[in-house]
Formats: sequence, C-alpha cells, structure tokens
Amino acid sequence: MLQVLSAEGIVQNGQSIPSLAPKKILELYRLMLLNRRIDERMIKLQRQGRIAFYVGSIGEEAATIGSAAALEKTDWIVPAYRELGAALLRGYTLQELCNQLFGNSQDTFKGRQMPSHYSLPHLHYASVSSPVGTQIPHATGLALGAKLTGKKDIALVYFGDGATSTGDFHAAANFAGSLMAPVIFLCRNNQWAISVPVDRQTANPSLASKAVAYGFEGVCVDGNDALAVYNATRDAAEHARQGHGPVFIEAYTYRLTGHSTSDDPRSYRDDEEVRLWEGRDPLKRLRLYLVSEGHWNEKKDRALEAEIKDAILSAIRKAEAHGPPPIDTIFTDVFDKRPWNLKEQQAELERSLGALAIEPTA
Amino acid sequence: MPELNLIQAINSAIREEMRRDSKVVVFGQDVGHFGGVFRATQGLQEEFGEERVFDTPLSEIGIIGTAIGMAIYGLKPVPEIQFADFIYPAFDQVVNELSKMRYRSAGCITCPMVIRTPFGGGIRGGHYHSQSPEAYFAHTAGIKVVIPSNPYDAKGLLTASLRDDNPVLFMEPKRLYRASRGEVPDKSYTIDLGTAHTIREGTDITLISYGAMVPLALRAAKQAENEYGLSMEVIDLRTLIPYDVKTVIDSVRKTGRAIVVHEAPKTCGFGAELAATISEKALVHLEAPVYRVTGFDTPFPYSHEKHYLPTTGRIIQAAQDSLSF
Repeated sequence: MLQVLSAEGIVQNGQSIPSLAPKKILELYRLMLLNRRIDERMIKLQRQGRIAFYVGSIGEEAATIGSAAALEKTDWIVPAYRELGAALLRGYTLQELCNQLFGNSQDTFKGRQMPSHYSLPHLHYASVSSPVGTQIPHATGLALGAKLTGKKDIALVYFGDGATSTGDFHAAANFAGSLMAPVIFLCRNNQWAISVPVDRQTANPSLASKAVAYGFEGVCVDGNDALAVYNATRDAAEHARQGHGPVFIEAYTYRLTGHSTSDDPRSYRDDEEVRLWEGRDPLKRLRLYLVSEGHWNEKKDRALEAEIKDAILSAIRKAEAHGPPPIDTIFTDVFDKRPWNLKEQQAELERSLGALAIEPTA
Repeated sequence: MPELNLIQAINSAIREEMRRDSKVVVFGQDVGHFGGVFRATQGLQEEFGEERVFDTPLSEIGIIGTAIGMAIYGLKPVPEIQFADFIYPAFDQVVNELSKMRYRSAGCITCPMVIRTPFGGGIRGGHYHSQSPEAYFAHTAGIKVVIPSNPYDAKGLLTASLRDDNPVLFMEPKRLYRASRGEVPDKSYTIDLGTAHTIREGTDITLISYGAMVPLALRAAKQAENEYGLSMEVIDLRTLIPYDVKTVIDSVRKTGRAIVVHEAPKTCGFGAELAATISEKALVHLEAPVYRVTGFDTPFPYSHEKHYLPTTGRIIQAAQDSLSF
C-alpha cells in the first residue's frame, strides 16, 4: 500500500512529497477541514429537522480531495455521493450547497433532488446519483468522448467498495480496458456498504487486483494520506493522458460515521474498530505534517476554524431564509419543451391548489 | 426517387446525419465492420472510420452507460441494442440515469441521444427475439419513444430524432425491415416528432396503431370495406411519447368508435393509455367502448406466434363488437 505520511504525519522512508508548493498543500488542508466541518454541521442540521437528509464523507476527505487535486480543471470528475470535497475543490460554493440542501428557491437544481445530490457540469463535475455504481460507465463514456475527439481530458470516477459488486462497475471497467479509455477508477474502500462489510462484497481481499481482470493496472494507496492519494492519482492521470488506458486506484480508508443520516453505525460495527481508525484521521495526519514543516501552527488553525464556522453558519442562515422554488418547476426540464400532457397536468395541479385555497409558492 | 426498404432507409438517415454532424457516433454489438446483425449500419465504419463507428464489448449496461458519458461530453451517441428483448440489463441506465439527467440537473446536463433497437414479432424469434417493450419506456418521464412503420417515415423520424435535444428510444419494427419498401429521398428530411399520420380517411371507426401493426390495420380496413362496406380511418401514431393527442381525439369525435392495435401485451399496454385518454376527452362522442386488439398477457410464444399477434380477423371482430355494442 502506497503511503507518504505515517499516521503521525511523518514522511516515510524513500517516499517523495508531491512537488506542490506548501501553499497548495495548505489549500488541501483547508478544503479537508472545510469538508469536515460542513459534514458535522449538516448532520446536526438533519438531527434538528431543518434538512431532510445528509450524506457526508467524514474520514474520507483525503481520498477525495487528494485525488481531485491531481487533476486538470477540464478533466471530468464523476461522483458517487460522498465526494463533496472534490466539488469544493472545483469551486462549488458553500452558499450553493446550502441552497441545494434546503431545496429552496435559490437552489440551482430547483428543489428537485434530496440533499447532497448536485450536478456541476460547469465545473466538469457530473451528477450525483443515489443508485450505487451507475455513474461508473458514464466516466468511461466521458473519457471515450475526449479520446474520440482528440482532446487530452481524462475522467476520474469515484465509487465505494460496495459498487465493485455491481454490473455497472464490471461493464465500465471492461469497456475502458477494451476501448482504452483514459479513465481513473477511484474506489474509496471505506470498508462498509451501509451495514455490510467489504469481506461480504467479495472474497478477494484486494479490490485493486480486480483491474488485472480487465487488462489494466490497479494500485492500492493509503486513502487517509492526502499526499499518497495525490501521488497515485497524478501518476494515473499521466498514464491515462498519454494514451496508455485506464488505472484503478483503491484508496484504503474508513467511513468514521454512518452511511448517511439514516443509519446508526453502532448497531453494526464495533466501537473499537472506529477508535482504531480515528487514530488514522486524515486531517490530523496532514496537520501534523504541516506543523512539523513549519507551515502551520495552532494559532492559524484556530483562525481557520473560526472563519469556516462563520462561513457555514452564514450560508445556512441565508439558505434557510428562502422558501421553496415555484410550483411550475415540477413540470419543466422533463424535456426541452413541455409536451401537452405536462401542460395539462400542471393546469390540473394549479386548479386543485386554487380550489383548496392553497397559495402556490412564489 | 430511389425505392428503399426500411433498413436501407435507416442506414441512409444515419449516414446523412453523420455527414452533416461530426458529433454523431454509432456503436454497439456487431455494428462496426459487420454492419449490424440486421445491416442497419452497413458501410458506415468504412465511410466514417473506427472512431465514429465501433463495436463494443457485449454489455447493454456498458453500451447505454457509456453513451450517457459521451453525451455529457458533447457527442451525439447512437447506440444500438441488438434486440429490444435485450434492453433490460440497461433498464436502470435508461430509466434512472438517461431519462432523468435533464430534470435532476435542472437542465444543466442534457443527454440527447438516439437508442436504436429492433422490436416486435413475426420473424419466428420466440420469447427472446420478438418482444414489444415500448410501454415500459412510454411510462418513463424524460425519454421520447418513436416507432416508424415504413421506409419514408423511418428516415424522416430518425433524422428528426437525431436532431432532437432529448433522449429518444427509436424502436424499429424488424419484420418490416425488408418487407416494407417505398420511395425515400436521398437527401435528409425530418418528420416532426409527436405528429401522427392519418394514412386512411374513414367515417365509421378509428383504428390507431404503430409499427408493424400499421400495414395490418390498413389491410383490415380495406378488407372491412370490401366485405362489409365499413369506412375505417387508420392512424399511424409514429411517436408514442409525446403522442399526437389532437389527431387521435379529432378522429374519434368524428367516427365515435376506436380500436387500438398493438403487438405488446394488453394489460397496461399503450392501448390502455389511449383508451383512457379517449374516454377523458371524447366520452360523449363514443358510441362504444374503446377496443384493444393486442398481444396477449403471456410471454411471447414460439409455435403459436401467428395466434399471439393481432390479425385482420381479430381487428374486424373488434369492429363488429364495436358496431353491435
């Protein structure tokens, strides 16, 4: 397993730090902390009944942010649903996120989707979907699109260990290998698919080894080590961009909280296991490294924490102040134009709302 | 004007559009060098190269899932599913992903593409090569369903589908591939999606159909006229989603009677939708219930295929039931 930093943030013998300016590594740390604090706050918000649902990535920030950082801005990121960090890195703003979580009138996606399901094609970040694995062949297609049009873009797709059991994963990996698509399959092996452990997904202890069956290389990297994930992704991206085909990266990590706000992980796994992985926290590791290098200190950390807290609370306040989107958004964007049946059905709804004296919103 | 069969008309539509639009790419199983098991893509790889016309590994999930990614990237994919009976592995990709991309992204991402697939019986193909699964997709918000019944319409509808900004499932009645011939212009032309074609005017009964059942309905109408002096109007729906409600309702208001003919099973088939809509919009004009002449609610049988599929006899029987109601 590739590792640059130990759990204590010490550079391992013979390992190279990515050729990133300290400022860039600090930016990775800032994004990871932002990601963590957003997740923690939104879980609280769901518990308070202010948003309906949330799916976070606590413990997996290095796997997403470390990998996304190694791509070019025009490379496509194809998310599962646990990669907010990569979206933040690409420029998704806190306010846009909060508007989506509340499904309010300012939500770019018109309140159509449950929380944490956004689509950011302007940032070359595809659409979050709930079904597991369905996004993987889309990445192969995006990569093929680049290849067929002679562009140098590549695609990176995120998925979990559970997704390696799906037909979609198999089809996507097989297509990518056969058609030499420049795609990186980044599997966040967080070891749990809701309550089912990875050893029930497959009898193969190495997910990375699955790549062999499709005729390309698979590597395993410490997914809690942002610098190791960065290095592995940078190498894979270069490989794909040079026309050598796909790469599978298994980022070995751990989901420190529940699958989403809908489950209590204490009912299916041991506290001891969780404590072990808390000791391998990706944030702590990068912070210790930055402190040891003299780039960071407690004072700076306190200031950053305060800044992040203010930004999150302010974005939530603003988002919560807006009502839901207009009611006609139910009927638009099904097709480019509304066909007759949707016009009729919209009229039917408006008539019934009028008859019941319920005001259509906005 | 050259006379082409239906498969040649499809080939011609794709070829002309590929010449016009460099974003159009064709792929699937056996569509490359071989030109498709029904020859729909014959000669395309030769003309446009392996970058734009290629074989894929054998997986419907992969074909449609990959097509979605290519469409997001800005290409216009034309994936082929070799038989409609084989589309089910890709059902999730079509229903949950492709058809919902525009809605879930609030229009930020669209996935215009044309999935071509041969469907229907009459070729002694049994359960796995004869099905008509159009109702599953007609029930799915976000994808158009288009079905031609002759070569001229096939080219015009396919060209319109290729230029449409929405996903289109283009279902080809395979038993007409060579059986149906007609004049087809060399150049591109379009037939607006969502417009039905009244191919025979009549005053007594409206027959509504699509695909391979259209020539059958026409034969039944002619037979009914010759043998019973009945005047049947025949509507070729051509597009199921969105369908041409005005043409259907105007006709039923005029004739007061309607029969829907399709090969797919009866229960929850597209005929049920038409019957319900006709009752909502033209009940007071109806002299009899809307009748459905369809395949049965059974799997598609092999030896008794001809009894499973609608016949002119069953259509005329339905007409008599309607008139004697």
